[in-house]
Amino acid sequence: MIYGNLKVRKLKDRLAYAIALLCVFAAAAPLISILLDVLVKGLPQFSMEFFTSELPSPGTGEPGGIGPAMIGSMYVIMIGSAIGIPIGIFSGIYVSEYGNNWFGRSVRFLTEVLSGLPSIVVGIFAFLLLVLGLGGPTAYAGGFALSIIMVPVVSRSTEESLKLVPNTIREASLALGVPRWKTTLKVVLSHGRAGIITGVILSIARIAGESAPLLLTVGWSPFVQTSLSEPISTMPVLIYLYGTSPYENWINVAWGTSAFLVIFILSLSIGVRLLTRGRFAYSRL
Amino acid sequence: METNELNAWFGSFQAIKNVSMKIRGNLTTAIIGPSGCGKSTLIRCLNRMHEVTPKARAKGRVLLDGEDIYSRDVDPVEIRRKVGMVFQKPNPFPTMSVFDNVAFGLRANGIRDEEFITKQVERSLRQAALWKEVEDNLDGCGAGISGGQQQRLCIARALAIEPEVVLMDEPCSALDPIATSKIEDLIFDLKERYTVIIVTHNMQQAARVADYTAFMYLGELIEYSKTKRIFENPEEELTEKYITGRFG
Amino acid sequence: MDVRNVYHRLKDASRYAVLTPDGRFELFCAALASAIILIIIMIVSYLLEGSIQSIRSSGIDFVIGSRWDVNRDIFGALPFIAGTLYTSAIAILIGVPISIGVAIYLSEMAPDWVRAPLGFVIELLAAVPSVIFGFWGIFTLRGFLRDSVEPALNDTLGFLPFFEGNPTGMDKFAAGLILAIMIIPTVSAISRDVMRAVPNSQREAALALGATKQEMISGAVIGYAKSGIFGAAILGLGRAVGETMAVTMVIGNKNSFSWSLLDPGQTMASIIAINWWEADSGSLYQSALIEIGLVLFGIMLIINVIGRILMGRMIRLREGAVG
Repeated sequence: MIYGNLKVRKLKDRLAYAIALLCVFAAAAPLISILLDVLVKGLPQFSMEFFTSELPSPGTGEPGGIGPAMIGSMYVIMIGSAIGIPIGIFSGIYVSEYGNNWFGRSVRFLTEVLSGLPSIVVGIFAFLLLVLGLGGPTAYAGGFALSIIMVPVVSRSTEESLKLVPNTIREASLALGVPRWKTTLKVVLSHGRAGIITGVILSIARIAGESAPLLLTVGWSPFVQTSLSEPISTMPVLIYLYGTSPYENWINVAWGTSAFLVIFILSLSIGVRLLTRGRFAYSRL
Repeated sequence: METNELNAWFGSFQAIKNVSMKIRGNLTTAIIGPSGCGKSTLIRCLNRMHEVTPKARAKGRVLLDGEDIYSRDVDPVEIRRKVGMVFQKPNPFPTMSVFDNVAFGLRANGIRDEEFITKQVERSLRQAALWKEVEDNLDGCGAGISGGQQQRLCIARALAIEPEVVLMDEPCSALDPIATSKIEDLIFDLKERYTVIIVTHNMQQAARVADYTAFMYLGELIEYSKTKRIFENPEEELTEKYITGRFG
Repeated sequence: MDVRNVYHRLKDASRYAVLTPDGRFELFCAALASAIILIIIMIVSYLLEGSIQSIRSSGIDFVIGSRWDVNRDIFGALPFIAGTLYTSAIAILIGVPISIGVAIYLSEMAPDWVRAPLGFVIELLAAVPSVIFGFWGIFTLRGFLRDSVEPALNDTLGFLPFFEGNPTGMDKFAAGLILAIMIIPTVSAISRDVMRAVPNSQREAALALGATKQEMISGAVIGYAKSGIFGAAILGLGRAVGETMAVTMVIGNKNSFSWSLLDPGQTMASIIAINWWEADSGSLYQSALIEIGLVLFGIMLIINVIGRILMGRMIRLREGAVG
C-alpha cells in the first residue's frame, strides 16, 4: 500500500501535536518560573523605605533601600537616551529618505554590525575611551556605552517605520511646493511617529536592563551622587553584585530590585504594544 | 503654459518624446491615450514632480509665464507652489485633520497668520464643493471621509496655496460614478480661476470637461486641438482609431 | 567650454557649497548617520590598540594555547573560546528544537484565542534582563539541576565523557541551559514569522493531496521556511555567543576547559566580566582581556553576517512568492 497506513499517519499527526505542545510547556515553564520567583521574592521587599533609603551594609540585617541605584540607573538611561535617540532617529531618517547610495548602504550595514555587538565589547570600548580618558569610572562612561546599544535599535525602527510611509504621501506634500526637508519633518515623520516612538521606548527598556557594559564603566558607589562624573551604582549592577554575595539582606535587596526592574521593563514593553496595537513588529534582535 | 521639445526618461526608457504643446490659460486641457503612453509622466514634468522618482530625468523646456521651469536657477519647490497637483488616488495626510490638510500647504510655506489661514481653508473647501459636507467636521481625520470627499479634499488642499495651474492625474479613476460627476462639475467651475490640465483614460470624461484635448501614443503627442474637433473630426488616423475604440 | 557654461557650473557648485535648506537637512542627517560609522571605526581601532601588547606577546598562542596563568603572564585563551562555542552549541541543541516546536504550535496549531496572547508573552520575555536570568539561575535553576537533573544524567549517561563528575548545578550544563532559555523567545518568534509568511496556497496544496496536518507541516511549511528557520537559529547563536551576565553567574568560573558538562568552565564574555577590575591599567593582563573582546567581536561579526545573508535570502524568497 503506497499511501501508508492511515492509522499510523493519524497517530503521527497526533504525536506531532503533542510534541509541539510539549515544546510550548518546555519554553514557558522556566520563563514562568523566573517571573514568579522574581515577583514572589521581590514584591515583599517593596516599601517606601526600599525606594528611598541608602544601600544597606552587608550582613547587618538592616533592610536598606535602593535609592542610589535607582537614581544612578536614571542617570545612565538619560545620558544614553540623550546621545542615542537623536543619532538613531536621524540616521534612520537618512537611511530611509536619502540612503539610496553607497553611504546609506554602509550606514545600514554598520547599524546591523552594531546591533550584533556583544554588550561586554561595548563596555570594553567605553572603558578604554572614557574611563581611561576621564580618569575613572563615571556615569558619563556608562551612559555612553548604553547609547551605543540604543542607536541600532532606534535607527532600525525609525528606518522601518518611515519605509512604511506610502510615497503618495510624500508626493502630496512635495506637489504643494513644500521642500523635501519640511516634507520629511512634518509629513513623513508624523506619519511614522508611532513606529519611531515604539522603537525609542523599546530601546529604553533594553538599556534599562543592561548590566555588562555598566559593570565595566560606572564603578560603584553606595551613595546618591549629584555629579555625573563620579562612580555610581545602578540597578542591574546591584543585582549582580548583591545577588552573588553571601549576605542575606543584600540578596533580598537584589530580589526587590529585580522585581522592580522586571515590572518597569515589562510595563514599557506591554504599554507600547497596547499603544500601537501590534502594528509594528516587536524589535527582538 | 507651454512645453518645447520635452523629453523624459525612466533610467534608459524614454517615456516622453519631443512633446511641444501650448496650453491655454483659464481653460481645461485633457490628455488622453492608452495606458503607458506617457500622459501621467507628461504632467508630472509640468511641476517637476517627475524628477522625484529615482532615476527619472527630463530634458527640454517648459515655459510658465514665459519662464523656463527647467532653467538652472529655478527652484522646483517654487514651481510646485505655482503648479498644483491632484493625484490618481486620493492621498490626504492621514495623520492630520480635514482643516490641517488644507492648511498644510500654507503653513509649510511659512504663513503664520491663523486668521488668513482659516479664511483660505474655508474658501478652498468651498471652491472644491466640499465645505457644506465637512463644515461641522473640520477637526475630523482627513482619512475618515469617503473616497470622493477625500479627492475633493485633495483638490481643496491644492487650491489653498492659489496655484496658477492645477494638474490632475486621473483624479476620478478610484471613484464611483456619483463622486466622479461631482469632481467633473468641480473641474468645470475651476477654469474660471485656474488653468486645469487633466489626464484621463476616460474619453467621455475628456469630452465632458475639456476645452482642448491632446492625444498621446507611445510617448509622442499625436494630435492636439479643440476637444470638439478631436472627437468629431480628428486629423490623424491613429486618433480616430483610439476615439472610436478600434484600437490595436 | 563657453563662459556661460562655466558660470552656471560655478553657480551649481556654489548652491551645494552654501547649501539649500534641503541640502543642509540632508547633511545634518548624514552627519549623525556617520556617527555610526565613526563608532564602529573607533571600536575596532581601540580594541586593536588595546590588544596590541597581548598580540605581540602571545602571538598565535593566544588562540591555540590552553594555559591561562596570570601570575606568569601566560595567556592562552583557547579554554574560553572553547567554552563559549561549547555552551552556545548546547544552547542551540536544546533551544532551537524547542523554539521550532513553539513556532509550529503558534503558526499552525494554536486556536486563535491562544495564538496572540501566547505569542505576545513569549516575545515579551525577550525583554527580561540577562542579569535576572543569571540571578534566577543561581537560586532556582542551580538547586534543581544539582539535586534532580544532573544526578540523573550522571547515573544514566555517566559513562560518556560529557556527563562525568560531580553535579554542582554551577557548570557548563547550567550555562548552556540558561542560554537555551534565553534564546527561545527570539528564535521562536522569528521562526513563527517565517512560517506565517509561507503562502496559504502551499498548505492548501498539501492538504488537497490528502496529507495530514503533520505531513503538511513537515512537507509544505518547513520545506518552504527552512532557510529562514536556519537564519533564526544563527541569530540565536549570535545572542548566545555574546551573552555575558547570565553565563558569568552560573558557569562556575573555572579557567580551564573540559568536555564534561558537569564541570565548571568559563566563556570569553565571562572571563572579561569576572576579571576586568583585577587587571591593572596598561598591564599585559588587561591587554589579553581586551584581545578576548576583539576575538569575540570577530566571531560575532562572522555569525551575524552569515545570519543576515540567510535571512536576506529568505526575505527575497518571500517577496518573490508574493509579487
